[in-house]
Amino acid sequence: MSSENSQAQLELRHITKQYPGVLANDDISLKVEAGGVHALLGENGAGKSTLVKIIYGVVKPDTGEILWDGKPVQILNPSHARRLGIGMVFQHFNLFDTLTIAENISLGMDNPGDLKTLATRVTEVSEHYGLPIDPRRHVHALSVGERQRVEIVRCLLQDPKLLIMDEPTSVLTPQEVDKLFETLRRLGEEGVSILYISHKLEEIRALCDDATVLRGGKVVATCDPREETSKSLAEMMIGSEIPVMQREASGDLGPPVLEVKGLSVKSDDPFGTSLKDIDLTVRGGEIIGIAGVGGNGQKELLQAISGETPVRDRAAVSIDGQACGRSGPTARRGLGLAFVPEERLGRGAVPEMTLAENTLLTGYQSGMVSRGLIRFGHKRQRATEIRRDFDVRSAGIDSEARSLSGGNLQKFIVGREMGLSPKLLILAYPTWGVDVGAATAIHQAVMDMSRQGVGIVIVSEDLDELFEICDRMAVIAEGRLSPVRNNGETSVEELGLWMSGEFDDEPSGAGAETSHAH
Amino acid sequence: MSEAEIINLIVLTFKSAVPLIFAALGELVVEKSGVLNLGVEGMMLIGAVAGFIGAVTTGSIFVGMLMAMAAAVLVSLIFAVLTLSLLANQVATGLALTIFGIGLSAFIGKPFLGNTIEGLQPWAIPLLSDIPILGPLLFNHDPMLYLAVAAFFGVSWFLYRSRGGLILRSIGESHEAAHALGYPVIRIRYLAVMFGAAMGGLGGAYLSLVLTPQWQEDMTAQRGWIALALVVFATWRPSRVMIGAWLFGALTIVNFYAQSQGVSFSSHLLATLPYFATIIVLVLISWDAAKIRLHAPAALGKPFHASD
Repeated sequence: MSSENSQAQLELRHITKQYPGVLANDDISLKVEAGGVHALLGENGAGKSTLVKIIYGVVKPDTGEILWDGKPVQILNPSHARRLGIGMVFQHFNLFDTLTIAENISLGMDNPGDLKTLATRVTEVSEHYGLPIDPRRHVHALSVGERQRVEIVRCLLQDPKLLIMDEPTSVLTPQEVDKLFETLRRLGEEGVSILYISHKLEEIRALCDDATVLRGGKVVATCDPREETSKSLAEMMIGSEIPVMQREASGDLGPPVLEVKGLSVKSDDPFGTSLKDIDLTVRGGEIIGIAGVGGNGQKELLQAISGETPVRDRAAVSIDGQACGRSGPTARRGLGLAFVPEERLGRGAVPEMTLAENTLLTGYQSGMVSRGLIRFGHKRQRATEIRRDFDVRSAGIDSEARSLSGGNLQKFIVGREMGLSPKLLILAYPTWGVDVGAATAIHQAVMDMSRQGVGIVIVSEDLDELFEICDRMAVIAEGRLSPVRNNGETSVEELGLWMSGEFDDEPSGAGAETSHAH
Repeated sequence: MSEAEIINLIVLTFKSAVPLIFAALGELVVEKSGVLNLGVEGMMLIGAVAGFIGAVTTGSIFVGMLMAMAAAVLVSLIFAVLTLSLLANQVATGLALTIFGIGLSAFIGKPFLGNTIEGLQPWAIPLLSDIPILGPLLFNHDPMLYLAVAAFFGVSWFLYRSRGGLILRSIGESHEAAHALGYPVIRIRYLAVMFGAAMGGLGGAYLSLVLTPQWQEDMTAQRGWIALALVVFATWRPSRVMIGAWLFGALTIVNFYAQSQGVSFSSHLLATLPYFATIIVLVLISWDAAKIRLHAPAALGKPFHASD
């Protein structure tokens, strides 16, 4: 691809960036060709985001050189980067819920002109690239996919020569991913270069012309992803054989540990999603996956099951055969519930407390408190076990929860909840932001636990993850739950279609659900 | 009740609403930027005393108004430095600002107790003020009252029609996102706090220069708190702030009138009526939770510190 005489749109030479304690980028060089789609591949913590921040002018490199159109440049700040023609679509959107799309786009531009003209241009550009959005709508009413379109259109309006996409597909349905790829290919034909950051290997093979693989802050490989396999790419990325999870067939199912019947909840948050008539039965010994695009009622469903928002109807939620719809989290945990919430800092763990103290938060009913006094030895021992068994990398059990990386904290929280020997374990996005090795370890632990008779529910946006470990799967869309299908009797396409809300309200047909449906 | 009497009552209503309009519109802009300044009462008192001293010593009401604004802005800068630069708690600092304002205004106003000035006189708009009924009702007021109405249009236009207002609202909605887009969050919040203080100072000055042209300790009589409440119950919408301010003014005047007519009802209970009724009405017209969320600044009261 990169012949000597063709001039690259962007070239990085020997970029190094040192943070206290971490060498985030170590002598990184790469070339993005004009009109090419270049993949930047690596695990969390490999140095991708630091490198991107350097290109976008957010962070300055310690040493190294950036060439733009063949000329050396110093990128001073994001505004300067935009003037050069670098656009960036962040993984976390910088959008304002209460403003309209046009207002949001205007805020992200240096010379937006007046709102009416801008709105017309938004409509034009969005239709030209197959990203239809109505500039008058408020952002809070948009789906995640539509929000991403807003971010992309915002970049395109400034006629970028290079578009940086940071993990763009993690929030999209499979169908939306296909549409996004059409748009990106179209941009490539029009001469826009794309730097595509991802850890999803299939996507990179389908889309990119070149790939730079980062590991531990260094470039470990450059390749043409179309000539590689997912397996070989993954091995470059993690530097060893990919660990494989041992999947076991589900044995005899126990009695239902979670029964949700006709659960309807009106969301307190005016921008939230209300749950509509949800039925779900989970039996001991099975893993049920709930897929769906974020913001479709996952949060509300999780809170209704965990007891964070008790519901009116006592019988709407039963844990281990006990109706507990009106009970709070403590009562439900007493019935055998363990819960890994979506938000790690703030819900899953108290940021300012140490790991040992966080262990106590959910474990105090299991022998860590005696006659109202904390048994410090027990507490510390339990925390030490979790840290060892789940390979939590921290300075010790007295580190504050907030000092851990997202992945490490997640391992700790999952370990803490599993250690409570629950009958029912609810996991929200268990491997989000966790590297491949650790994700496999978590999956293995979940699998082992279910085969010992624990009922498990996993809410995730990652379909690959759900297909890998779940016995049965459903989709939540606009607050409704789709039919539940056995793994192997459904497909990515079917679930993808359901994610956009297209399923009939047929009684949940497959598998163990039938006995209960009528 | 004669026609002249009714007109007089309505004119008094307009006048008694002016301090609230200034202070509440100012605070609305501050809160829209995501800062909660509970020091409105203190800034109004500082404005009232500084305005009065300025007018007494120079003989010019106009100079008094300028001094009121300048003095209120100066004390608000203490608040701004503490909360925006040093990340102190906004609620506690705002309360301290009020207490500070009460004490400081009493202290520097001591020598001026008992002084009188000729208050700001109505300014009849030629021709229009000659229209029967409407003329005296709408076109025969003091310039500060006109300025308050102009401030309403100005603030509404700024917030919802100008780019500066859009940026200000975006900062109040999510300071992280605004920062990521490259907007100077702290600088804009400083400006908002200073604007709010200038408006609060003007509101206070209206009391000491127009309504009762003299200085008394604590002469704002908790109007700063009412202004704060108005902003919240008006769900951060300028037009509803105006409705609330006029409603409050009208009920205050009705209360005075009833007492002067010798209505035999507990005067203390009657005096609660404006507070009570204004809040009830504003709550009722702002019932819709989704609409509240659409107008409420989500980052209100949250400290912001740029991480990188």
